Amino acid sequence: MGEKLQADVVILGGGIVGAAIARELSRYQLDIILLEKAPDLAMGTSKANSGIIHAGFDAHPDTLKAKLNVRGNELYHQLAPDLGFSIKFVGSLVVAKDEAEQPMLQELLDRGRENGVPGLEILSAQQVLTKEPNLTADIRGGALWAPTAGIVCPFQAVFAFADNAVINGVKIMTECEAQSIATSDGQVVGVETSRGFIGARFVVNAAGLFADELSRTAGDDSFTIQPRKGEYILFDRKVGDLVNSVIFPTPNKVSKGILIAPTVHGNLFIGPNAEDIDDKCDVSTTCDGMNYIIEGAGKLIDRIPLAACIAQFAGLRATAADGDFIIRSSTTVGGLIHAAGIQSPGLTAAPAIAEMVAELLNEQGLDLREKPDFQPKNPPQIHFAQLSVEEQQQLIAQNPLYGRVICRCETVTEAEIVAAIHAPCGAKTVDAVKRRTRAGTGRCQGGFCGPRVTAILARELNIPIPAVRKDTAESNLFFDKLPADGEVNCHD
Amino acid sequence: MINRYDVVVIGGGPAGLATAHSARQNGAEKVLIIERDRELGGILQQCIHNGFGLHHFGEELTGPGYAHRYIKLIENDPGVTVLLDTMVLQVFENKTILAVSPDQGVIQIEAGAVVYTMGCRERTRAAIRVSGDRPAGVFTAGAAQRMVNMEGYLPGKSVVILGSGDIGLIMARRLSLEGASVKAVIEIMPYSNGLTRNMVQCLEDYDIPLYLSHTIAAIHGKDRVQGVTCAKVDDKRNLIPGTEFDIECDCVLLSVGLIPENELSEATGIKMDAVTGGPIVDQMRQTSLPGFFAAGNVVHVHDLVDWVSEEGEIAGKYAALYAQNKLSESPKYIKVENKSGIRYVVPQNINVNQAGMVRLYMRVTHPAKKVSIEVAGNSGVLLEKKLPIAKPSEMIAVDLPQAKVEQAEQFITVTLKE
Repeated sequence: MGEKLQADVVILGGGIVGAAIARELSRYQLDIILLEKAPDLAMGTSKANSGIIHAGFDAHPDTLKAKLNVRGNELYHQLAPDLGFSIKFVGSLVVAKDEAEQPMLQELLDRGRENGVPGLEILSAQQVLTKEPNLTADIRGGALWAPTAGIVCPFQAVFAFADNAVINGVKIMTECEAQSIATSDGQVVGVETSRGFIGARFVVNAAGLFADELSRTAGDDSFTIQPRKGEYILFDRKVGDLVNSVIFPTPNKVSKGILIAPTVHGNLFIGPNAEDIDDKCDVSTTCDGMNYIIEGAGKLIDRIPLAACIAQFAGLRATAADGDFIIRSSTTVGGLIHAAGIQSPGLTAAPAIAEMVAELLNEQGLDLREKPDFQPKNPPQIHFAQLSVEEQQQLIAQNPLYGRVICRCETVTEAEIVAAIHAPCGAKTVDAVKRRTRAGTGRCQGGFCGPRVTAILARELNIPIPAVRKDTAESNLFFDKLPADGEVNCHD
Repeated sequence: MINRYDVVVIGGGPAGLATAHSARQNGAEKVLIIERDRELGGILQQCIHNGFGLHHFGEELTGPGYAHRYIKLIENDPGVTVLLDTMVLQVFENKTILAVSPDQGVIQIEAGAVVYTMGCRERTRAAIRVSGDRPAGVFTAGAAQRMVNMEGYLPGKSVVILGSGDIGLIMARRLSLEGASVKAVIEIMPYSNGLTRNMVQCLEDYDIPLYLSHTIAAIHGKDRVQGVTCAKVDDKRNLIPGTEFDIECDCVLLSVGLIPENELSEATGIKMDAVTGGPIVDQMRQTSLPGFFAAGNVVHVHDLVDWVSEEGEIAGKYAALYAQNKLSESPKYIKVENKSGIRYVVPQNINVNQAGMVRLYMRVTHPAKKVSIEVAGNSGVLLEKKLPIAKPSEMIAVDLPQAKVEQAEQFITVTLKE
C-alpha cells in the first residue's frame, strides 16, 4: 500500500449494509474507508436474495427488525429517485390456502398494525384472484394485502449507495480483506488488512457472514453467524407478468416460505428455500433445492414456466442465534459498532440501520458535523433502451458508442458499459458490468455479449484478455493459447 | 432522407446472404442487409473447420470460405446495400424498421418485404438446470469457439463437454488441436446428437470418450471450474443414485441445443411454432404476417448450412415477388401435420395456389433403421420415401411434386413407418 492510511471510520464489508452506512456517514465531515475483500461490492448476501422491500408485518414489535423495516421502507421512497435506482411498490400478498391458515393472516395483520405498517387489509379469495388471476384457484383462505411492499434490484441499490458515498468523499477499497480489528487498551485503533494497516478510532462491522469472525479478532465473541442457504430460479421477461405483486405463502417458523414475485426489471423468480449449512462460501445450487422450490411455488401457481428459466442461483443469509439484527456497540471493545446478523428484511432495513449506526457512533464519541457541500443525489444514469428516439439520436451524436448495442437481449449499449466501468465505484469484472448494466442478464445469459464485454473491459482497464475475470479474485475467464513446441507465447 | 428498400433482410449470416442474392435475382431492385456484427457471414466466420458446401457448391469449404462465396456476390452487386455494426431495435407491422449504429444513429427504414434471418442462439446452463457452483469456465460451445477462432484465446486447458451436438463435437477436436485435454463428452440421450461424420472425425479420431445416457449432476469450483460430477440417467433422464463419478477439469462447454432467435418476430406479432421455436411458414417461407418472410435457423435449426442457403433462396425469391406485387393474392392454405415418429415438418402450411414442387423438411422423434416417410393427403398416401436410417440429429427432406400437392386437397400428414 505504500503510504500509511488513516481514517475516522473504517467500514468492514461492501454489501447493502456497509454501502448504506458509508453513504449515511458521508453526510458528515469524516474520513471514511470502506473495505471489501471481493473485486466488487454486493458479492455476498446482497447479490443473491429476493430483492424485496418488505412492508414490515413479519417481525415481532419489540425487535430491531420490526422497527428498522418500517423506517427503511419509508426511506426508500426518497432514496430511489435521489440515488437513481429503480424501485416499484407493487405490494405483497400473504395467501392462505384454506381456513386453517386464516388465523395467521389475522396475526400478521395485528402485528403489522402494531409495527406501524400502513394500508394493511385482508382480502377474500375472490379479491385475491381478481388481483392475481394466475394464482391457483386452490387458494381459498384469502390473503393479507400490504400495499407498501416493493421490489428493488439489490445490487443496483448497493452500487447507488456506494457511488453516492464516493461522490461525497468515501474511499472504497475493493480486493482489500480486513484480517483483524486492532485494539489497544480495550479501544479500537485500526484494521489489519491484506493490503496493510489502516489506523482508525472507529470500526463498523458490516461484514455479513464473517462479522462474527472479525468481531472475535477484537476479542468480542458475543455472537455467531450461521449461514442459511436460499436457492432461486429466475425466469425470462416474457413470463414476467405472471404475477403483479410479491406472493408469499403463509409463513412458517424458519422462513417466509417459497415465494413468487416479479423483479424490478420485469423478470419473475421463485424461491428461496432455507437450509442451514457450515460453509460460508458455499453458494452452489442443488438438485434437491431446485425441486423443493419448484414444488413450493407450485402451491401458489398452477404451471411454473420452467422452459423460460434463465438462471438458477443461491445466496447465504447471515443469521444470528436469536433471529434479530445485532446492531449495537461492542460491549467489550470501545469504538467497535456491529451491524451484524442482517438477514431478511435487511435489504429493506439497510438505510434505517445506517441511521442507527450513525447514532451509535455519535454515542461512542464520534463527532458528526454535517458537510455543507453534501451531494444527496447521484448524477442520472443513462439507460439507452428507455429513451425516446430523439433522445437516443442526441446521445449517439455526442458519443457514437451509444449506437452500438452490445447486449441484444437487454439492449445495452457500449457507452453504458464503458460508463459502468468508469463509474465512481466502477466495474472491474464481467459480472460487475452485468450487475450494473444488465448486459448478460437476459435469455442468452451472455452467450452473445460475453466475449464482447470481456474485450471492452480489457480495453478500458488496459489489461490483457486473460486478466479479465468473471467475478471473484481468481475467476479469470480465458487463457492465452498454449505455446507450440519451441515457440514463445505472447499476447499484445 | 427516405430509406426505402424492396426487400430488407435482417441478419447477414448464411440465410440472409442467400436471401439477399436470391431477392436480387428475382427482380428486387433495392435490397438491404442489416447485420449486427462488423462483417457479414454470421456464425460461419468462426467455423474455421471444413465440411461446408458439399451439397450446395459440390465441394468441401471452410465456414469463412463458404461465407466468402456469397459475400463476393453481394459485394459485387450494387443493388444490395449492407449496414454493418447495426442492430434492429424494432419492426412495425407496416414494415417500418428502426435500427441503430454508431455511424448513423437511429435510422428508420421502409421495406416492401421483410425477411427475418436472425439465426439462432445457444441454450444455456439454466435451460437444462445443471446444479452446483457458478465459477468462471462454463461457456456455451459457440461462445468458446468465437474466443478460440476469432479472438485467439483458450476457454480452458482441460475440458468436459456436455451435449454431443455438432458444435460441441467440433470444439472437442478444435481444443484438442490447441493442446487442451478434452476429458469427455457427456450426452444425456442414449444416442449421440451430432452428425455421424463429426462423431468419427472429432471424437473417435482423438480418443475422446463419449458417455451416453449420462449428464453432469453438478459443477464444482469457487473461482474457476475445478471439476464436474457426472452420473448415469434412466430412460426418463433422471439421475441414477450411486452412479456418480468425478472428472477434474477447468472448463465446461455446453452444447445442449440451439434456439431460433425470434424476439423480433414475436414482437412483430408473428405466429410461432412451439416445436420448432420459429415462425409458422408456408412453402414460400412467408409467415403469418403478409410480407414478412423468414429463412434459415430462425425458422428451424438446420444441421447443414447448404440447406440454410436453400431456404434463404426460397424466401428471397418470394419476398422479391411480394415486393413487386407479383404474388398471388388469393392463397389457399392446407396444413402439413406431423404424425407419429415425426417431430416437426417445415413448411407447416402449403399454399396450394402457388405453383411448384414443395420440399418438406422434417426431423424424426427417435433413431430408427429401415424406415419410410409416408406423406398422405385426405385421399390417401401421396408418396413414400425409404430410408436405411433415420436420426433426430439429421434433417430429412422429402420432395412433393406439384401434382401430389394438388391431390392432397385438404391436408397433408407425414408419418414415420417402421
